[in-house]
Amino acid sequence: MSAVMITRKVSRKWEKLPGKNTFCCDGRVMMARQKGVFYLTLFLIIGTCSLFFAFECPYLAVHLSPAIPVFAVLLFVFVVAMLLRTSFSDPGVLPRALPEEANFIEMEIEAANGNVMAGQRPPPRIKNVQINNQIVKLKYCYTCKIFRPPRASHCSICDNCVDRFDHHCPWVGNCVGKRNYRYFYLFTLSLSLLTIYIFAFDIVHVVLRSVDSGFLSTIKETPGTVLEVLVCFFTLWSVVGLTGFHTYLISLNQTTNEDIKGSWSGKNRVQNPYSHKNIIKNCCEVLCGPNYPSVLDRRGLMLEDSTSPAPPAASAASTHKSSNPVSQTTKSSAPLILNEHTPDEAKPSIGAGPQKSTSSPKEEKPPSPTSPNAVAPAVIKESAH
Amino acid sequence: MATEFHNLQELRHSASLANKVFIQRDYTDGTVCKFQTKFPSELDSRIERTLFEDTVKTLNNYYAEAEKIGGQSYLEGCLACLTVYLIFLCIETRYEKVLKKISRYIQEQNEKVYAPRGLLITDPIERGMRVIEISVYEDRGSSASSSGSSTTSSSGR
Repeated sequence: MSAVMITRKVSRKWEKLPGKNTFCCDGRVMMARQKGVFYLTLFLIIGTCSLFFAFECPYLAVHLSPAIPVFAVLLFVFVVAMLLRTSFSDPGVLPRALPEEANFIEMEIEAANGNVMAGQRPPPRIKNVQINNQIVKLKYCYTCKIFRPPRASHCSICDNCVDRFDHHCPWVGNCVGKRNYRYFYLFTLSLSLLTIYIFAFDIVHVVLRSVDSGFLSTIKETPGTVLEVLVCFFTLWSVVGLTGFHTYLISLNQTTNEDIKGSWSGKNRVQNPYSHKNIIKNCCEVLCGPNYPSVLDRRGLMLEDSTSPAPPAASAASTHKSSNPVSQTTKSSAPLILNEHTPDEAKPSIGAGPQKSTSSPKEEKPPSPTSPNAVAPAVIKESAH
Repeated sequence: MATEFHNLQELRHSASLANKVFIQRDYTDGTVCKFQTKFPSELDSRIERTLFEDTVKTLNNYYAEAEKIGGQSYLEGCLACLTVYLIFLCIETRYEKVLKKISRYIQEQNEKVYAPRGLLITDPIERGMRVIEISVYEDRGSSASSSGSSTTSSSGR
């Protein structure tokens, strides 16, 4: 009779990821929720450089060398690229444990704790691991339901456990962790160079021009210079200081988090088990190490499966979810028609209804065996960002 | 108790999920990706110890190869830095290449070794590289397997 549109909602996994991140470009970009300071950073960098190109560069290119603006452009491009790379990439977020894994861990913990007397607080959930002859304590994360790997930490702002957690940087609008630490370092390093460069050539420009026309008229001709000098002056202290601090951390193979907590400060004879005791080796590991893939599958496809007891994080307001139990039969290459309205009339006509969990197994998406191959390329592809 | 299946297809359709065993990470060498080779007792009756250990050791070797810090990784890092990391739009990183190898290896192991014994390995990358998840299936005769597979698919996604 009336044609029934059997539809299936296909969404990307990033839409259902727990945590307080924002995603853009269909999951390709991942940032923290508060992005205001990031926009400020971008504005300051682009604004100051634009002023430099507008006011200083024409004069310097003519009177000194055309290489000056060229180098400035290259440096500027590098800085912005590193900033965007740091801000937009996955810092190394550890996905939360799925229910079975969480239960398995709970059972292990209970077995290890033995009998706890009623009314007594259970012992803290800590695992001791020996790494390079050093005992490292792995803490249990109650949000993610996992024992955090060594050097991982839970970021309360993003509500994720991040591997090799360094710190959450509001200036880049993202956490800094295993995957984007080197970009963050290169960003601060190149920004220091850029700031010093602009500052130096501002001074040179003012001096050269003042020799010709006097200081006050120079300022009147190029008012942007004053602004640039101000911004650069204040930026210099903070960014150069930060670069120095991170250079120190890299040479010791420590994270900001460990430094702040004093994990390897040397008291009680604890030493950093991750350090190679060689500055060059430490630097090489952090800066030239392998490019770790993102284990958070953001762009994988997710089929709406109504038989699944919707996990709390997942369902959001997807009303269409409840209405397409049998839509899996249109599994093949039928064009997917996104249907915003819950086709209520579809439910009784389809007949199987929501309680189809015991119907034909062919409806179900086949579990793990083929999906690693389907999903892994998706993981691999998106980690290129 | 050990059930015989011919292939993965049959496993999916005629078996139901009984249990899942999780092989945890081994952190004794630091933060490199390495899994424990300790044989879990739940698999005692399902698979030979040597086969299991071989699988885990091979996976560990693959991950060690991916994370090796040496000449090739330096070259890759420096070249990438010089091109402002745009080169990764064109070429794959070494880690990604090894991950593909791992995925193929796991698929092959599932087909040849684990599925005939009613077991299935999930690629660790799908579990955040935290665990190797081994699903243990029981043959329930010809009854529908959806309850089992739906548990798997719902937990998997």
